[in-house]
Amino acid sequence: MDEFVIRALLAGGGIALLAGPLGSFVVWRRMAYFGDTLSHSALLGVTLGFLLGVNPMIGVMVVCVSLALALVALQRRRHLAADTLLGILSHGSLSLGLVALAFLETLRVDLMAYLFGDILSVTDGDLMAIYGGGAVALTGLALLWRRLLAVTVDEDLARVEGMPVDALRLAFMLLIALVIAIAMKIVGILLITSLLIIPAAAARRFARTPEGMAALASVLGILAVIAGILASLNWDLPGGPSVVVAAAALFLLGSLVPLRR
Amino acid sequence: MSTPQPNRDGSALFAGPLAWTEDLTVRFGRRTVLDRVNIAVQPGEVVTLIGPNGAGKTTLVRAVLGLTAPDGGRVLRRPNLRIGYMPQRLSVDQTLPLTVRRFLALWRPVTADQVAAALEEAGVTRLADSAVQTISGGEMQRVLLARALLGEPDLLVLDEPDQAVDVHGQAELFNRIAQVRQRRGCGVLLVSHDLHTVMARTDRVICLNAHVCCSGRPEDVSRHPEYHALFGGHARDLAVYVHHHDHAHAEDGKVVHDHDGDCCHG
Repeated sequence: MDEFVIRALLAGGGIALLAGPLGSFVVWRRMAYFGDTLSHSALLGVTLGFLLGVNPMIGVMVVCVSLALALVALQRRRHLAADTLLGILSHGSLSLGLVALAFLETLRVDLMAYLFGDILSVTDGDLMAIYGGGAVALTGLALLWRRLLAVTVDEDLARVEGMPVDALRLAFMLLIALVIAIAMKIVGILLITSLLIIPAAAARRFARTPEGMAALASVLGILAVIAGILASLNWDLPGGPSVVVAAAALFLLGSLVPLRR
Repeated sequence: MSTPQPNRDGSALFAGPLAWTEDLTVRFGRRTVLDRVNIAVQPGEVVTLIGPNGAGKTTLVRAVLGLTAPDGGRVLRRPNLRIGYMPQRLSVDQTLPLTVRRFLALWRPVTADQVAAALEEAGVTRLADSAVQTISGGEMQRVLLARALLGEPDLLVLDEPDQAVDVHGQAELFNRIAQVRQRRGCGVLLVSHDLHTVMARTDRVICLNAHVCCSGRPEDVSRHPEYHALFGGHARDLAVYVHHHDHAHAEDGKVVHDHDGDCCHG
């Protein structure tokens, strides 16, 4: 097997492993559209990174977190429903990113790679970012696991029990921002959310515990990555979309399996 | 009525309240939901909040729990007071696979034995491995009781469900709570929508309509004119009910301590 294929599998597999538990939380907390909004803003972060001469991943983190905080502030005012606010921020920030990128004419940026990912051109640096950042994110998630579950079940109860609910929510947003930053180059900002929610959604029917669902989501995500990359190589298909199609196919297959009760 | 009555379980009466409010005021926009409310819950005491819809009962409970910030006055608690909160309802998203046993273990580090004991005390051992989404409203209430018990509460705060639980299930739940109170000597603060079920099981009733209209022993409050102004026909039913079921107390005819003297807008 060619080296670039191995690197693609390692990168995609690493992201799928991380996306399992985090994506399960996105599904449980009904934050799919929120994740979409954050990832759409990532392009603006990339541009910002180029402008300021810092690593694009840092730019993405900064923009994602600012957007998450802005959203929390806007929701407090309650004039508009959350999905309307998300729609405004999602498309507003994506368009702002595209416009800002157009100003940077001297810079040659492969826009398609950022929008849809370029899984077959993973560098060693990307792999380090994925496994380093992934280890940080998984450790953080493991440490907060029980309390994040409690907050997901009922925020008031968690508050009465003395849990720092706002800090936990913020920590969760940071984790999502981190995943977006490291997954962006692989599946692209338009498709990151699908890698978070499709494997988790597919795993739901077969899980009896939260941890079971998270683990199964990781496994299904890794299967989708393998299938997608192989299909992409065999039939010369775009990598990121192939992975997402494979995940969606797994979801469909899974919902057809009869469950014994 | 200034002489304190001994509580049924004989627990300490003079150690000071578990939690209390001082001129608590809460506003939502321009509406004053709570107006200089003073209440206190003593150790081992069952205090029931009653009042019409929109009287601020749930807001008062949320303020005591620290979930709603006061706009005026204060909420005070004994240092290190452990509160066991039973919300009105709890619905867990269908996407989250969660058994009752696991649900109980989310709130603090607990051992399997502690979970089993709490399930037993709340009478829901058979539900341990059911998914939380599949149990009925009444069963969920008892699971929430088990959850509250796992925190070894000094004060149990309970916002009674309005319709989800049938009358029989409700009475059963209150019997459980009365047993818990007896065994553990904890205080209970209860919001009630259905006056009949709680009156016979409560030490003190606080009648709320943004301000404290009247408070006292159930049989006294049920004879209080402001109480009648608030509840009208229902109040008469209740007075009859109390008469039939409360033989333990002498007819002293006197009413209501803590009465602040202003009137209700029934």
